[in-house]
Amino acid sequence: MSKFPDHKGKATLDGKLVPLEEFRAECKRHGRSLEDGERAAEAQRLVSVGGDGVEVEGPFERVLVFGGVYSNHYGLSAVLEAAERHRADAIYCLGDLGGFGPKPEKVWPLLTAAGVRCIQGNYEQSLATGHEDCNCGYTDPRDNHFAELSYNYTARNCSDEFKAWMGGLPERRRVRVGDRELLLVHGSPRQVNEFLFHTTTPVPFLEVLLEQERCDAMLCTHTGLHWHRRLPSGRDAINVGVIGRPANDGTTDVRYALLEAGGNGGLRVELPALRYDHEALAAEMRAESLPEEFVETILTGWWTTCLEILPAKERATSKF
Amino acid sequence: MSNLQQAEIPAVELRSLDTLWFQVSGTLCNLACSHCLVSASPTNRTHEHLSLSKVEGYLDEAVRLGVREFYFTGGEPFLNPEMEAILERTLELGPATVLTNGLLLNTERCARLKQMSDRSDYSLDLRVSIDGYDSASNDPIRGEGSFVRILKGIGNLAAAGLNPVITVTEVCSEVASAKGRERFFEVLREHGLEKPRLKILPVFKIGAESERGGDYADWQRLKPEDALDGRWDHLQCSSSRMVTASGVWVCPILINVPGGRMGERIADTLGDYPLAHQACWTCHVEGATCRT
Ligand code: SF4
Repeated sequence: MSKFPDHKGKATLDGKLVPLEEFRAECKRHGRSLEDGERAAEAQRLVSVGGDGVEVEGPFERVLVFGGVYSNHYGLSAVLEAAERHRADAIYCLGDLGGFGPKPEKVWPLLTAAGVRCIQGNYEQSLATGHEDCNCGYTDPRDNHFAELSYNYTARNCSDEFKAWMGGLPERRRVRVGDRELLLVHGSPRQVNEFLFHTTTPVPFLEVLLEQERCDAMLCTHTGLHWHRRLPSGRDAINVGVIGRPANDGTTDVRYALLEAGGNGGLRVELPALRYDHEALAAEMRAESLPEEFVETILTGWWTTCLEILPAKERATSKF
Repeated sequence: MSNLQQAEIPAVELRSLDTLWFQVSGTLCNLACSHCLVSASPTNRTHEHLSLSKVEGYLDEAVRLGVREFYFTGGEPFLNPEMEAILERTLELGPATVLTNGLLLNTERCARLKQMSDRSDYSLDLRVSIDGYDSASNDPIRGEGSFVRILKGIGNLAAAGLNPVITVTEVCSEVASAKGRERFFEVLREHGLEKPRLKILPVFKIGAESERGGDYADWQRLKPEDALDGRWDHLQCSSSRMVTASGVWVCPILINVPGGRMGERIADTLGDYPLAHQACWTCHVEGATCRT
């Protein structure tokens, strides 16, 4: 059933079989072969874009940063108590306030009362603009089915005032902690719904990205899994995880980040586990008729959805 | 083509080098699937194997450009005698995906791949394609007896503790439905994959078309106004390049087209690329990408 020819020493050029040498000679006529200096200039051109002019907040000694609330107001109350315990100078939220959990509007007064400084996630962007889906970036049909359920539930249960407030949030913030300048984004500095997982976000990529963004540390969320990578240049890349649901590790705890000015201009980074009343959350989710698959995740610490976005290694340690 | 038409060809800008592809076994393969994108076969030497030392040079260059991930394809990558060494070196730098037909995945190799994966900070993905639930549907496309051998390879990966991504093209029309997917999952579970990962690929006829050429209607070419919000960021050539033994090409699709060659080193290829080939029209219309 093979449609193409037996090549045997030949290659196809303009629909005809020609000797390999002829094909290769034709290839050589295409493309550039620059001088070393020109190559360096080209490379520099690609990696040197950057700077955003966003005003830097602070300086602070200690800040607490969390993401992915997913309507978990029990988790949010617990993280705000933790902020008091840690005596954080400022509290930041990296977006995705809704989805997954019950009664999305409940998180709003908690955030404003505690003076949490928020940025927009894809959820806020979608809700504020009346977009038809959450723009989470899933590709699997089952994942999309559950994403649609939670997005529609959230959209139905948020007031226009809350949505308008979401629309007014900035897309990124810059914060000084000690001597270090932190860039806060939702997915990645270049795209609100880009997934930055630990095992698919390598050092070379991060070094160039942080150099382009002129920051000493980059903090993101969106994937639901926390990690911290200190780069050879001394910069830090941190995914703060989420407080909305557990980190697919078989415990019911959620995660946040604590950043502190260290000695010698350094940055101390912690990603503590946080206990909260997950049983109350599960009960409220059931009362709201949210999918039992979601409730199971809250009660067991294992993801039952969004599994297809996981890279090989993250999937290997996953139960499902 | 007149100058007037030439002026209308839109160009895609490389916004970042996210994905670096390696045509690591050239166009050499131990199968000759009828829908192969690059018409790889046991006799196709249009592109030769890439050596470890050549790959290392390109890896160095890519690291300085902030590359995010590496993809290896062919042909069949494991026909390249240096493939494992290449993969080991690559996994020190970033995540890697190997597109393999599964035929050369014996027990020993799978055990070595697992070790390599465990030693790395990054994910190693093996991507294996099948074209049906059984020999009757798969073998006419991928070759006599191939279904059993592919499933054996998948079983060996599973036994070693590696969980491949299984890709199925929509040639197999049933996979589009939830029931069809479940049937596939069952076949894969029977072969030892506890958490089967399935990826459905759109059929895109680019390979055959770029090989034969001239199958497109004249209007099936991209115009500047086809850009989405004025941009071509949805095309994979806006964030990736393809390394072959004879230089760097714009993308995995056009490697059999001399005009797809952009330069000797990656730095030669960081400029815009004119979307003149009619395969580009298919890419744009079908939203096709070769990534997982
Ligand atoms: S074939 Fe597709 S990926 Fe390749 S240059 Fe054309 S549009 Fe870009």
